[in-house]
Amino acid sequence: MVRRGLLLGGLSLALALPPLAAAVGLDYVVGIAARILIFALAGVSLNLILGYGGMVSFGHAAFFGTGAYVVAILGHHASAGDALVTWPFTIGGSDLAVIAWPMAMLVCGVLALVIGAICLRTSGLYFIMITLAFAQMLYFFFVALEPYGGDDGLSLAHPSRAWPIDLSDDRQFYYLVLALLLVILYLMRRLIASRFGLVLRGIRENERRMQAMGFATYRYKLAAFVISGAVAGLAGALIANHTEFVSPSFLDWRRSGEILVVVILGGMGTLYGPVAGAIAYLMLEEVLARWTEHWMIILGPLLVLVVLYAKQGLWGAVEKLSARR
Amino acid sequence: MSAPLLRIAGLRKAFGAVVASDGIDLDLAEGEVHALIGPNGAGKTTLIGQLAGEIRPDSGRIVFRGRDITALPAHTRAARGLARSFQITSLLPGMSALDNVALAVQAHAGHSFRFWRPASDEAAIREPAREALARVGLAHRMDMSAAALAHGEQRQLEIAIALASQPRLLLLDEPTAGMGAEDGARMVALLESLRGAVTMLLVEHDMDTVFALAERISVLVNGKIIASGAPAAIRGDPNVRRAYLGEEDA
Repeated sequence: MVRRGLLLGGLSLALALPPLAAAVGLDYVVGIAARILIFALAGVSLNLILGYGGMVSFGHAAFFGTGAYVVAILGHHASAGDALVTWPFTIGGSDLAVIAWPMAMLVCGVLALVIGAICLRTSGLYFIMITLAFAQMLYFFFVALEPYGGDDGLSLAHPSRAWPIDLSDDRQFYYLVLALLLVILYLMRRLIASRFGLVLRGIRENERRMQAMGFATYRYKLAAFVISGAVAGLAGALIANHTEFVSPSFLDWRRSGEILVVVILGGMGTLYGPVAGAIAYLMLEEVLARWTEHWMIILGPLLVLVVLYAKQGLWGAVEKLSARR
Repeated sequence: MSAPLLRIAGLRKAFGAVVASDGIDLDLAEGEVHALIGPNGAGKTTLIGQLAGEIRPDSGRIVFRGRDITALPAHTRAARGLARSFQITSLLPGMSALDNVALAVQAHAGHSFRFWRPASDEAAIREPAREALARVGLAHRMDMSAAALAHGEQRQLEIAIALASQPRLLLLDEPTAGMGAEDGARMVALLESLRGAVTMLLVEHDMDTVFALAERISVLVNGKIIASGAPAAIRGDPNVRRAYLGEEDA
Protein backbone atom coordinates (compact mmCIF):
# COMPACT_ATOMS: atom_id res chain seq x y z
CA MET A 1 0.00 0.00 0.00
CA VAL A 2 2.78 2.39 0.96
CA ARG A 3 4.61 1.53 -2.22
CA ARG A 4 1.59 1.97 -4.43
CA GLY A 5 0.63 5.22 -2.74
CA LEU A 6 4.11 6.63 -3.19
CA LEU A 7 4.25 5.60 -6.84
CA LEU A 8 0.86 7.09 -7.70
CA GLY A 9 1.49 10.17 -5.57
CA GLY A 10 4.93 10.64 -7.09
CA LEU A 11 3.65 10.27 -10.62
CA SER A 12 0.76 12.70 -10.01
CA LEU A 13 3.12 15.22 -8.50
CA ALA A 14 5.55 14.81 -11.38
CA LEU A 15 2.76 15.41 -13.89
CA ALA A 16 1.34 18.37 -12.00
CA LEU A 17 4.66 19.99 -11.15
CA PRO A 18 4.97 22.58 -13.98
CA PRO A 19 1.50 24.15 -13.52
CA LEU A 20 1.93 24.01 -9.72
CA ALA A 21 5.31 25.70 -9.96
CA ALA A 22 3.86 28.37 -12.23
CA ALA A 23 0.97 28.95 -9.83
CA VAL A 24 3.29 29.74 -6.93
CA GLY A 25 5.75 31.62 -9.11
CA LEU A 26 8.63 29.20 -8.74
CA ASP A 27 9.16 28.42 -12.42
CA TYR A 28 12.85 27.64 -11.94
CA VAL A 29 11.84 24.51 -10.03
CA VAL A 30 10.86 22.86 -13.33
CA GLY A 31 14.45 23.08 -14.52
CA ILE A 32 15.72 21.52 -11.30
CA ALA A 33 13.13 18.76 -11.58
CA ALA A 34 14.23 17.99 -15.14
CA ARG A 35 17.80 17.69 -13.90
CA ILE A 36 16.68 15.31 -11.16
CA LEU A 37 14.86 13.13 -13.70
CA ILE A 38 17.92 13.02 -15.94
CA PHE A 39 20.08 11.86 -13.03
CA ALA A 40 17.39 9.34 -12.19
CA LEU A 41 17.70 8.00 -15.74
CA ALA A 42 21.48 7.77 -15.38
CA GLY A 43 20.92 5.97 -12.06
CA VAL A 44 18.44 3.57 -13.65
CA SER A 45 21.04 2.70 -16.28
CA LEU A 46 23.75 2.05 -13.69
CA ASN A 47 21.32 0.10 -11.52
CA LEU A 48 20.92 -2.50 -14.27
CA ILE A 49 24.55 -3.57 -13.97
CA LEU A 50 25.20 -2.56 -10.35
CA GLY A 51 21.94 -3.52 -8.68
CA TYR A 52 20.80 -6.42 -10.82
CA GLY A 53 24.08 -7.66 -12.26
CA GLY A 54 26.35 -7.08 -9.26
CA MET A 55 28.93 -5.23 -11.38
CA VAL A 56 30.28 -2.24 -9.46
CA SER A 57 31.20 0.14 -12.26
CA PHE A 58 33.03 3.24 -11.13
CA GLY A 59 33.16 4.69 -14.61
CA HIS A 60 29.57 5.27 -15.55
CA ALA A 61 30.10 8.97 -16.14
CA ALA A 62 32.12 7.96 -19.21
CA PHE A 63 28.91 7.00 -20.98
CA PHE A 64 26.92 9.86 -19.49
CA GLY A 65 29.53 12.39 -20.63
CA THR A 66 30.13 10.81 -24.02
CA GLY A 67 26.39 10.87 -24.73
CA ALA A 68 26.40 14.58 -23.90
CA TYR A 69 29.40 15.19 -26.18
CA VAL A 70 27.80 13.34 -29.09
CA VAL A 71 24.84 15.73 -29.01
CA ALA A 72 27.09 18.76 -28.56
CA ILE A 73 29.51 17.82 -31.33
CA LEU A 74 26.77 16.92 -33.82
CA GLY A 75 25.03 20.20 -32.95
CA HIS A 76 28.29 22.12 -33.31
CA HIS A 77 28.77 20.88 -36.88
CA ALA A 78 25.13 21.46 -37.71
CA SER A 79 25.37 25.14 -36.80
CA ALA A 80 28.80 25.53 -38.44
CA GLY A 81 27.45 23.80 -41.53
CA ASP A 82 30.59 21.72 -42.02
CA ALA A 83 31.20 18.00 -41.95
CA LEU A 84 32.12 15.92 -38.91
CA VAL A 85 33.92 13.31 -40.99
CA THR A 86 34.99 13.65 -44.61
CA TRP A 87 36.73 10.34 -45.15
CA PRO A 88 35.94 7.59 -46.18
CA PHE A 89 32.48 9.08 -46.45
CA THR A 90 31.02 12.38 -45.40
CA ILE A 91 29.06 12.65 -42.18
CA GLY A 92 27.58 16.01 -41.36
CA GLY A 93 26.36 17.33 -38.04
CA SER A 94 22.78 17.27 -36.88
CA ASP A 95 20.73 19.19 -34.37
CA LEU A 96 17.71 16.91 -34.74
CA ALA A 97 16.84 14.98 -31.59
CA VAL A 98 15.67 11.98 -33.60
CA ILE A 99 19.15 11.66 -35.08
CA ALA A 100 21.47 12.99 -32.37
CA TRP A 101 19.92 11.18 -29.40
CA PRO A 102 19.82 7.67 -30.90
CA MET A 103 23.34 8.41 -32.14
CA ALA A 104 24.40 9.18 -28.56
CA MET A 105 22.92 5.85 -27.47
CA LEU A 106 24.59 4.01 -30.33
CA VAL A 107 28.01 5.54 -29.72
CA CYS A 108 27.77 4.81 -25.98
CA GLY A 109 26.52 1.29 -26.65
CA VAL A 110 29.51 0.58 -28.90
CA LEU A 111 31.83 2.22 -26.39
CA ALA A 112 30.35 0.03 -23.63
CA LEU A 113 30.85 -3.02 -25.83
CA VAL A 114 34.56 -2.26 -26.16
CA ILE A 115 35.13 -1.20 -22.55
CA GLY A 116 32.94 -3.98 -21.19
CA ALA A 117 34.63 -6.65 -23.31
CA ILE A 118 37.88 -5.80 -21.55
CA CYS A 119 36.67 -4.88 -18.05
CA LEU A 120 34.40 -7.90 -17.65
CA ARG A 121 37.40 -10.21 -17.82
CA THR A 122 38.05 -8.99 -14.29
CA SER A 123 35.76 -8.85 -11.29
CA GLY A 124 35.46 -7.37 -7.82
CA LEU A 125 37.92 -4.65 -6.91
CA TYR A 126 39.77 -5.01 -10.22
CA PHE A 127 36.54 -4.32 -12.10
CA ILE A 128 35.99 -1.14 -10.07
CA MET A 129 39.52 0.07 -10.81
CA ILE A 130 39.55 -0.76 -14.51
CA THR A 131 36.18 0.91 -15.18
CA LEU A 132 37.51 3.95 -13.35
CA ALA A 133 40.67 3.83 -15.47
CA PHE A 134 38.70 3.76 -18.71
CA ALA A 135 36.54 6.67 -17.59
CA GLN A 136 39.64 8.70 -16.76
CA MET A 137 41.14 7.86 -20.16
CA LEU A 138 38.04 9.23 -21.85
CA TYR A 139 38.08 12.24 -19.55
CA PHE A 140 41.58 13.13 -20.70
CA PHE A 141 40.64 12.36 -24.28
CA PHE A 142 38.00 15.08 -24.15
CA VAL A 143 40.36 17.43 -22.28
CA ALA A 144 42.77 17.06 -25.19
CA LEU A 145 40.07 17.38 -27.84
CA GLU A 146 40.92 20.97 -28.82
CA PRO A 147 38.61 21.26 -31.85
CA TYR A 148 35.70 20.85 -29.45
CA GLY A 149 36.89 23.18 -26.76
CA GLY A 150 39.19 20.84 -24.87
CA ASP A 151 39.26 21.76 -21.22
CA ASP A 152 36.89 24.70 -21.72
CA GLY A 153 34.07 22.55 -23.02
CA LEU A 154 31.65 23.25 -25.81
CA SER A 155 28.44 25.27 -25.85
CA LEU A 156 25.34 24.27 -27.74
CA ALA A 157 23.95 26.99 -29.98
CA HIS A 158 20.48 25.77 -29.08
CA PRO A 159 18.86 22.57 -27.78
CA SER A 160 18.12 19.71 -30.19
CA ARG A 161 15.18 20.21 -32.53
CA ALA A 162 12.39 17.83 -31.63
CA TRP A 163 9.44 19.13 -33.62
CA PRO A 164 6.68 19.62 -32.48
CA ILE A 165 8.27 19.96 -29.06
CA ASP A 166 10.28 23.06 -28.28
CA LEU A 167 13.08 21.92 -26.01
CA SER A 168 14.15 25.45 -25.14
CA ASP A 169 10.88 25.68 -23.24
CA ASP A 170 11.54 24.36 -19.73
CA ARG A 171 8.14 22.80 -19.31
CA GLN A 172 8.13 20.97 -22.64
CA PHE A 173 11.63 19.72 -22.01
CA TYR A 174 10.61 18.53 -18.56
CA TYR A 175 7.64 16.56 -19.88
CA LEU A 176 9.75 14.94 -22.58
CA VAL A 177 12.34 13.86 -20.00
CA LEU A 178 9.59 12.52 -17.75
CA ALA A 179 8.08 10.55 -20.65
CA LEU A 180 11.45 9.06 -21.60
CA LEU A 181 12.15 8.09 -17.99
CA LEU A 182 8.77 6.36 -17.72
CA VAL A 183 9.34 4.48 -20.98
CA ILE A 184 12.79 3.34 -19.86
CA LEU A 185 11.43 2.30 -16.45
CA TYR A 186 8.76 0.22 -18.15
CA LEU A 187 11.33 -1.43 -20.43
CA MET A 188 13.59 -2.13 -17.44
CA ARG A 189 10.69 -3.72 -15.61
CA ARG A 190 10.06 -6.06 -18.52
CA LEU A 191 13.74 -6.82 -18.91
CA ILE A 192 14.32 -7.61 -15.23
CA ALA A 193 11.41 -10.06 -15.12
CA SER A 194 12.42 -11.73 -18.40
CA ARG A 195 14.67 -14.72 -18.91
CA PHE A 196 17.55 -12.34 -19.44
CA GLY A 197 16.81 -10.51 -16.20
CA LEU A 198 16.60 -13.77 -14.26
CA VAL A 199 20.01 -14.80 -15.60
CA LEU A 200 21.45 -11.42 -14.68
CA ARG A 201 20.14 -11.66 -11.11
CA GLY A 202 21.45 -15.21 -10.90
CA ILE A 203 24.92 -13.98 -11.87
CA ARG A 204 24.75 -11.36 -9.13
CA GLU A 205 23.88 -14.06 -6.60
CA ASN A 206 26.51 -16.64 -7.60
CA GLU A 207 28.32 -16.46 -10.91
CA ARG A 208 30.21 -19.72 -10.44
CA ARG A 209 26.94 -21.55 -9.87
CA MET A 210 25.48 -20.06 -13.03
CA GLN A 211 28.47 -21.29 -15.04
CA ALA A 212 28.11 -24.77 -13.59
CA MET A 213 24.46 -24.67 -14.68
CA GLY A 214 25.60 -24.00 -18.22
CA PHE A 215 25.39 -20.21 -18.64
CA ALA A 216 28.10 -18.39 -20.55
CA THR A 217 27.89 -15.62 -17.95
CA TYR A 218 30.34 -13.29 -19.70
CA ARG A 219 27.99 -12.76 -22.65
CA TYR A 220 25.05 -11.89 -20.44
CA LYS A 221 27.08 -9.48 -18.36
CA LEU A 222 28.43 -7.84 -21.48
CA ALA A 223 24.94 -7.47 -22.96
CA ALA A 224 23.75 -5.82 -19.75
CA PHE A 225 26.79 -3.54 -19.77
CA VAL A 226 26.01 -2.43 -23.34
CA ILE A 227 22.33 -1.73 -22.57
CA SER A 228 23.39 0.16 -19.46
CA GLY A 229 25.91 2.23 -21.42
CA ALA A 230 23.40 3.10 -24.13
CA VAL A 231 20.78 4.27 -21.61
CA ALA A 232 23.43 6.32 -19.80
CA GLY A 233 24.20 7.83 -23.22
CA LEU A 234 20.56 8.89 -23.52
CA ALA A 235 20.76 10.52 -20.10
CA GLY A 236 23.88 12.30 -21.31
CA ALA A 237 22.10 13.51 -24.44
CA LEU A 238 19.40 14.96 -22.21
CA ILE A 239 21.80 16.68 -19.81
CA ALA A 240 23.56 18.33 -22.77
CA ASN A 241 20.20 19.76 -23.81
CA HIS A 242 19.47 20.81 -20.26
CA THR A 243 22.72 22.69 -19.62
CA GLU A 244 23.29 23.59 -23.31
CA PHE A 245 26.94 23.11 -22.54
CA VAL A 246 29.26 20.14 -22.20
CA SER A 247 32.75 19.84 -20.75
CA PRO A 248 35.13 17.08 -19.69
CA SER A 249 33.82 17.50 -16.11
CA PHE A 250 30.78 15.53 -17.28
CA LEU A 251 33.08 12.48 -17.39
CA ASP A 252 34.87 13.24 -14.16
CA TRP A 253 35.23 10.40 -11.64
CA ARG A 254 33.28 12.48 -9.13
CA ARG A 255 30.35 12.37 -11.53
CA SER A 256 30.65 8.57 -11.63
CA GLY A 257 30.59 8.69 -7.83
CA GLU A 258 27.44 10.81 -7.83
CA ILE A 259 25.62 8.33 -10.04
CA LEU A 260 26.76 5.54 -7.71
CA VAL A 261 25.46 7.50 -4.72
CA VAL A 262 22.12 8.02 -6.45
CA VAL A 263 21.75 4.26 -6.93
CA ILE A 264 23.02 3.23 -3.48
CA LEU A 265 21.00 5.87 -1.63
CA GLY A 266 17.84 4.99 -3.53
CA GLY A 267 18.29 1.24 -3.42
CA MET A 268 20.39 -1.07 -5.55
CA GLY A 269 18.43 -3.74 -7.33
CA THR A 270 15.07 -2.05 -6.89
CA LEU A 271 13.29 -0.70 -9.96
CA TYR A 272 12.38 2.73 -8.58
CA GLY A 273 15.34 3.05 -6.23
CA PRO A 274 17.47 5.22 -8.52
CA VAL A 275 14.55 7.62 -9.01
CA ALA A 276 14.10 7.96 -5.25
CA GLY A 277 17.87 8.29 -4.90
CA ALA A 278 18.11 11.05 -7.51
CA ILE A 279 15.27 13.00 -5.89
CA ALA A 280 16.78 12.65 -2.41
CA TYR A 281 20.37 13.38 -3.46
CA LEU A 282 19.75 16.37 -5.72
CA MET A 283 17.14 17.92 -3.43
CA LEU A 284 19.49 17.60 -0.48
CA GLU A 285 22.24 19.15 -2.56
CA GLU A 286 19.90 21.96 -3.62
CA VAL A 287 18.70 22.68 -0.10
CA LEU A 288 21.91 22.10 1.82
CA ALA A 289 24.13 23.93 -0.66
CA ARG A 290 22.01 27.03 -0.14
CA TRP A 291 22.62 26.72 3.55
CA THR A 292 26.32 25.88 3.58
CA GLU A 293 28.94 25.20 0.96
CA HIS A 294 30.14 22.26 3.06
CA TRP A 295 26.91 20.37 2.41
CA MET A 296 28.84 17.14 1.91
CA ILE A 297 29.43 17.13 5.70
CA ILE A 298 25.75 16.38 6.13
CA LEU A 299 25.26 14.17 3.09
CA GLY A 300 28.27 11.97 3.91
CA PRO A 301 27.07 10.70 7.29
CA LEU A 302 23.56 10.33 5.85
CA LEU A 303 24.89 8.02 3.18
CA VAL A 304 26.80 6.03 5.79
CA LEU A 305 23.57 5.57 7.77
CA VAL A 306 21.66 4.42 4.70
CA VAL A 307 24.36 1.91 3.79
CA LEU A 308 24.51 0.63 7.37
CA TYR A 309 20.83 0.40 8.17
CA ALA A 310 18.97 0.14 4.88
CA LYS A 311 20.89 -2.22 2.65
CA GLN A 312 18.47 -1.67 -0.18
CA GLY A 313 18.32 2.06 0.26
CA LEU A 314 15.29 4.31 0.47
CA TRP A 315 13.14 2.34 -1.94
CA GLY A 316 14.15 -0.93 -0.32
CA ALA A 317 12.78 0.46 2.96
CA VAL A 318 9.52 1.39 1.22
CA GLU A 319 9.18 -2.13 -0.19
CA LYS A 320 9.86 -3.64 3.20
CA LEU A 321 7.17 -1.47 4.75
CA SER A 322 4.69 -2.48 2.06
CA ALA A 323 5.48 -6.17 2.47
CA ARG A 324 4.78 -5.97 6.19
CA ARG A 325 1.26 -4.65 5.79
CA MET B 1 31.44 -53.31 -23.62
CA SER B 2 30.24 -50.08 -25.19
CA ALA B 3 32.37 -46.94 -25.07
CA PRO B 4 32.49 -45.38 -21.62
CA LEU B 5 30.41 -42.28 -20.90
CA LEU B 6 33.44 -40.61 -19.38
CA ARG B 7 37.06 -41.46 -19.95
CA ILE B 8 39.86 -39.83 -18.00
CA ALA B 9 43.31 -40.54 -19.39
CA GLY B 10 46.64 -39.55 -17.86
CA LEU B 11 45.26 -36.51 -16.07
CA ARG B 12 47.91 -34.46 -14.30
CA LYS B 13 47.62 -31.30 -12.27
CA ALA B 14 50.23 -29.82 -9.97
CA PHE B 15 49.95 -26.76 -7.73
CA GLY B 16 53.58 -25.86 -7.28
CA ALA B 17 55.22 -28.86 -5.64
CA VAL B 18 51.89 -30.45 -4.72
CA VAL B 19 50.75 -32.95 -7.32
CA ALA B 20 46.99 -33.11 -6.92
CA SER B 21 46.40 -35.36 -9.93
CA ASP B 22 49.26 -37.66 -10.77
CA GLY B 23 48.34 -39.46 -13.98
CA ILE B 24 44.74 -40.40 -13.28
CA ASP B 25 43.05 -42.94 -15.57
CA LEU B 26 39.40 -43.73 -14.98
CA ASP B 27 36.45 -44.90 -17.07
CA LEU B 28 32.82 -44.46 -16.13
CA ALA B 29 30.23 -46.67 -17.85
CA GLU B 30 26.82 -45.27 -18.74
CA GLY B 31 24.43 -45.65 -15.81
CA GLU B 32 26.90 -46.68 -13.13
CA VAL B 33 27.24 -45.17 -9.69
CA HIS B 34 30.91 -44.73 -9.05
CA ALA B 35 32.34 -43.57 -5.76
CA LEU B 36 35.65 -41.81 -5.40
CA ILE B 37 37.14 -42.11 -1.95
CA GLY B 38 40.44 -41.18 -0.41
CA PRO B 39 41.93 -39.39 2.56
CA ASN B 40 41.81 -35.61 2.94
CA GLY B 41 44.11 -33.89 0.49
CA ALA B 42 44.14 -36.83 -1.90
CA GLY B 43 42.97 -34.59 -4.76
CA LYS B 44 39.31 -35.58 -5.01
CA THR B 45 37.88 -32.08 -5.26
CA THR B 46 40.64 -31.08 -7.67
CA LEU B 47 39.61 -33.98 -9.89
CA ILE B 48 35.96 -32.91 -9.76
CA GLY B 49 37.07 -29.36 -10.56
CA GLN B 50 38.90 -30.57 -13.65
CA LEU B 51 35.94 -32.65 -14.78
CA ALA B 52 33.55 -29.72 -14.29
CA GLY B 53 35.91 -27.40 -16.17
CA GLU B 54 36.86 -25.03 -13.39
CA ILE B 55 40.45 -26.20 -13.17
CA ARG B 56 42.60 -26.68 -16.27
CA PRO B 57 44.74 -29.86 -16.11
CA ASP B 58 48.45 -29.65 -16.92
CA SER B 59 48.20 -32.67 -19.18
CA GLY B 60 45.96 -35.61 -19.97
CA ARG B 61 42.55 -35.88 -21.58
CA ILE B 62 38.93 -35.96 -20.53
CA VAL B 63 36.54 -37.55 -23.02
CA PHE B 64 32.83 -37.21 -22.39
CA ARG B 65 30.23 -38.85 -24.64
CA GLY B 66 32.93 -39.55 -27.20
CA ARG B 67 34.16 -35.95 -27.40
CA ASP B 68 37.33 -34.49 -25.97
CA ILE B 69 36.18 -31.85 -23.50
CA THR B 70 39.56 -31.14 -21.87
CA ALA B 71 39.76 -27.60 -23.23
CA LEU B 72 36.09 -26.66 -22.90
CA PRO B 73 34.89 -24.11 -20.33
CA ALA B 74 32.53 -25.10 -17.52
CA HIS B 75 29.36 -23.75 -19.12
CA THR B 76 29.91 -25.68 -22.35
CA ARG B 77 30.43 -28.91 -20.46
CA ALA B 78 27.24 -28.25 -18.51
CA ALA B 79 25.44 -27.72 -21.81
CA ARG B 80 26.63 -31.16 -22.94
CA GLY B 81 25.06 -32.88 -19.97
CA LEU B 82 27.55 -32.66 -17.16
CA ALA B 83 26.05 -31.37 -13.92
CA ARG B 84 27.58 -31.00 -10.50
CA SER B 85 26.79 -30.33 -6.90
CA PHE B 86 29.28 -28.48 -4.77
CA GLN B 87 31.04 -29.65 -1.63
CA ILE B 88 30.19 -26.37 0.01
CA THR B 89 26.59 -25.54 -0.78
CA SER B 90 26.52 -23.23 -3.77
CA LEU B 91 23.13 -21.76 -4.54
CA LEU B 92 21.60 -18.46 -5.60
CA PRO B 93 20.82 -17.46 -2.01
CA GLY B 94 18.61 -14.43 -2.58
CA MET B 95 16.34 -16.17 -5.08
CA SER B 96 13.47 -18.55 -4.49
CA ALA B 97 14.02 -22.29 -4.63
CA LEU B 98 11.88 -22.37 -7.75
CA ASP B 99 13.95 -19.64 -9.46
CA ASN B 100 17.12 -21.57 -8.60
CA VAL B 101 15.86 -24.64 -10.38
CA ALA B 102 14.11 -22.71 -13.17
CA LEU B 103 17.44 -21.16 -14.11
CA ALA B 104 18.98 -24.60 -14.41
CA VAL B 105 16.16 -25.60 -16.78
CA GLN B 106 16.51 -22.32 -18.66
CA ALA B 107 20.23 -22.93 -19.13
CA HIS B 108 19.34 -25.91 -21.29
CA ALA B 109 16.42 -24.34 -23.15
CA GLY B 110 18.26 -22.29 -25.74
CA HIS B 111 19.83 -18.88 -25.20
CA SER B 112 18.45 -16.48 -22.63
CA PHE B 113 18.69 -13.30 -24.68
CA ARG B 114 14.96 -12.87 -24.26
CA PHE B 115 14.07 -9.52 -22.87
CA TRP B 116 10.32 -9.17 -23.00
CA ARG B 117 8.25 -12.05 -21.72
CA PRO B 118 8.16 -12.54 -17.93
CA ALA B 119 10.16 -15.67 -17.07
CA SER B 120 7.63 -16.58 -14.39
CA ASP B 121 4.95 -17.04 -17.07
CA GLU B 122 6.92 -19.60 -19.05
CA ALA B 123 5.30 -22.94 -18.30
CA ALA B 124 7.91 -24.76 -20.40
CA ILE B 125 10.52 -23.64 -17.86
CA ARG B 126 8.49 -23.57 -14.66
CA GLU B 127 6.87 -27.00 -15.00
CA PRO B 128 10.10 -29.05 -15.26
CA ALA B 129 11.49 -26.94 -12.42
CA ARG B 130 8.51 -27.78 -10.21
CA GLU B 131 8.90 -31.45 -11.10
CA ALA B 132 12.58 -31.45 -10.16
CA LEU B 133 11.75 -29.81 -6.82
CA ALA B 134 9.01 -32.36 -6.17
CA ARG B 135 11.43 -35.16 -6.99
CA VAL B 136 13.83 -34.13 -4.24
CA GLY B 137 10.98 -33.47 -1.81
CA LEU B 138 11.04 -29.69 -1.81
CA ALA B 139 7.68 -28.98 -3.47
CA HIS B 140 6.43 -27.29 -0.30
CA ARG B 141 9.46 -24.95 -0.18
CA MET B 142 9.14 -23.65 -3.75
CA ASP B 143 8.67 -19.96 -2.93
CA MET B 144 11.12 -19.78 -0.07
CA SER B 145 14.45 -18.11 -0.73
CA ALA B 146 17.33 -20.55 -0.95
CA ALA B 147 19.08 -18.79 1.93
CA ALA B 148 16.10 -19.45 4.24
CA LEU B 149 16.13 -23.22 3.70
CA ALA B 150 17.56 -25.60 6.29
CA HIS B 151 21.00 -27.04 5.55
CA GLY B 152 19.66 -30.45 4.50
CA GLU B 153 17.10 -28.78 2.25
CA GLN B 154 19.80 -26.70 0.62
CA ARG B 155 21.68 -29.88 -0.23
CA GLN B 156 18.48 -31.30 -1.72
CA LEU B 157 18.05 -28.11 -3.72
CA GLU B 158 21.57 -28.61 -5.09
CA ILE B 159 20.49 -32.00 -6.39
CA ALA B 160 17.28 -30.53 -7.84
CA ILE B 161 19.35 -27.92 -9.72
CA ALA B 162 21.61 -30.64 -11.07
CA LEU B 163 18.66 -32.83 -12.06
CA ALA B 164 16.77 -30.00 -13.72
CA SER B 165 19.32 -29.87 -16.49
CA GLN B 166 18.63 -33.56 -17.27
CA PRO B 167 22.29 -34.43 -17.07
CA ARG B 168 23.99 -37.54 -18.40
CA LEU B 169 26.61 -37.40 -15.70
CA LEU B 170 26.21 -36.06 -12.20
CA LEU B 171 29.31 -35.07 -10.24
CA LEU B 172 28.45 -35.13 -6.56
CA ASP B 173 31.02 -33.60 -4.24
CA GLU B 174 30.17 -34.86 -0.76
CA PRO B 175 26.39 -34.67 -1.05
CA THR B 176 25.87 -35.63 2.61
CA ALA B 177 28.52 -33.27 4.00
CA GLY B 178 27.45 -31.66 7.26
CA MET B 179 24.16 -33.54 7.39
CA GLY B 180 22.64 -35.26 10.38
CA ALA B 181 21.70 -38.94 10.26
CA GLU B 182 18.12 -38.29 9.18
CA ASP B 183 18.96 -35.85 6.36
CA GLY B 184 21.81 -38.12 5.29
CA ALA B 185 19.48 -41.08 4.98
CA ARG B 186 17.03 -39.00 2.96
CA MET B 187 19.83 -37.95 0.59
CA VAL B 188 20.97 -41.56 0.14
CA ALA B 189 17.38 -42.57 -0.66
CA LEU B 190 17.14 -39.70 -3.15
CA LEU B 191 20.36 -40.69 -4.92
CA GLU B 192 19.26 -44.33 -4.84
CA SER B 193 16.08 -43.34 -6.68
CA LEU B 194 18.21 -41.88 -9.48
CA ARG B 195 20.17 -45.06 -10.04
CA GLY B 196 20.09 -46.17 -13.65
CA ALA B 197 18.62 -42.86 -14.84
CA VAL B 198 21.80 -40.85 -14.33
CA THR B 199 25.44 -41.82 -14.21
CA MET B 200 26.95 -40.58 -10.96
CA LEU B 201 30.45 -39.91 -9.78
CA LEU B 202 30.26 -39.54 -6.05
CA VAL B 203 32.96 -38.10 -3.82
CA GLU B 204 32.17 -39.07 -0.27
CA HIS B 205 33.79 -39.46 3.10
CA ASP B 206 30.97 -41.33 4.77
CA MET B 207 31.66 -45.01 4.14
CA ASP B 208 28.09 -46.08 4.90
CA THR B 209 26.89 -43.83 2.09
CA VAL B 210 29.60 -45.10 -0.25
CA PHE B 211 28.88 -48.77 0.33
CA ALA B 212 25.12 -48.18 0.17
CA LEU B 213 25.26 -46.55 -3.24
CA ALA B 214 28.38 -47.37 -5.19
CA GLU B 215 28.61 -50.13 -7.77
CA ARG B 216 32.27 -49.43 -8.24
CA ILE B 217 34.74 -47.62 -6.05
CA SER B 218 38.04 -45.94 -6.91
CA VAL B 219 40.52 -45.02 -4.22
CA LEU B 220 42.56 -41.87 -4.71
CA VAL B 221 45.70 -41.37 -2.63
CA ASN B 222 48.23 -38.60 -3.26
CA GLY B 223 46.79 -37.91 -6.70
CA LYS B 224 46.95 -41.54 -7.84
CA ILE B 225 44.22 -44.11 -8.14
CA ILE B 226 45.60 -47.03 -6.19
CA ALA B 227 42.62 -49.35 -6.60
CA SER B 228 39.41 -49.48 -8.55
CA GLY B 229 36.72 -52.15 -8.47
CA ALA B 230 33.61 -53.55 -6.86
CA PRO B 231 32.94 -52.59 -3.21
CA ALA B 232 33.75 -56.09 -1.93
CA ALA B 233 37.11 -56.12 -3.74
CA ILE B 234 38.00 -52.66 -2.44
CA ARG B 235 37.09 -53.66 1.09
CA GLY B 236 39.46 -56.60 0.83
CA ASP B 237 42.31 -54.85 -0.98
CA PRO B 238 45.35 -54.81 1.32
CA ASN B 239 46.80 -51.69 -0.33
CA VAL B 240 43.59 -49.81 0.29
CA ARG B 241 43.38 -51.02 3.86
CA ARG B 242 46.91 -49.86 4.47
CA ALA B 243 46.56 -46.51 2.74
CA TYR B 244 43.15 -45.55 3.80
CA LEU B 245 40.28 -47.67 4.97
CA GLY B 246 41.27 -49.08 8.31
CA GLU B 247 44.75 -47.84 8.86
CA GLU B 248 44.80 -48.60 12.57
CA ASP B 249 43.81 -52.27 12.25
CA ALA B 250 45.80 -53.08 9.13
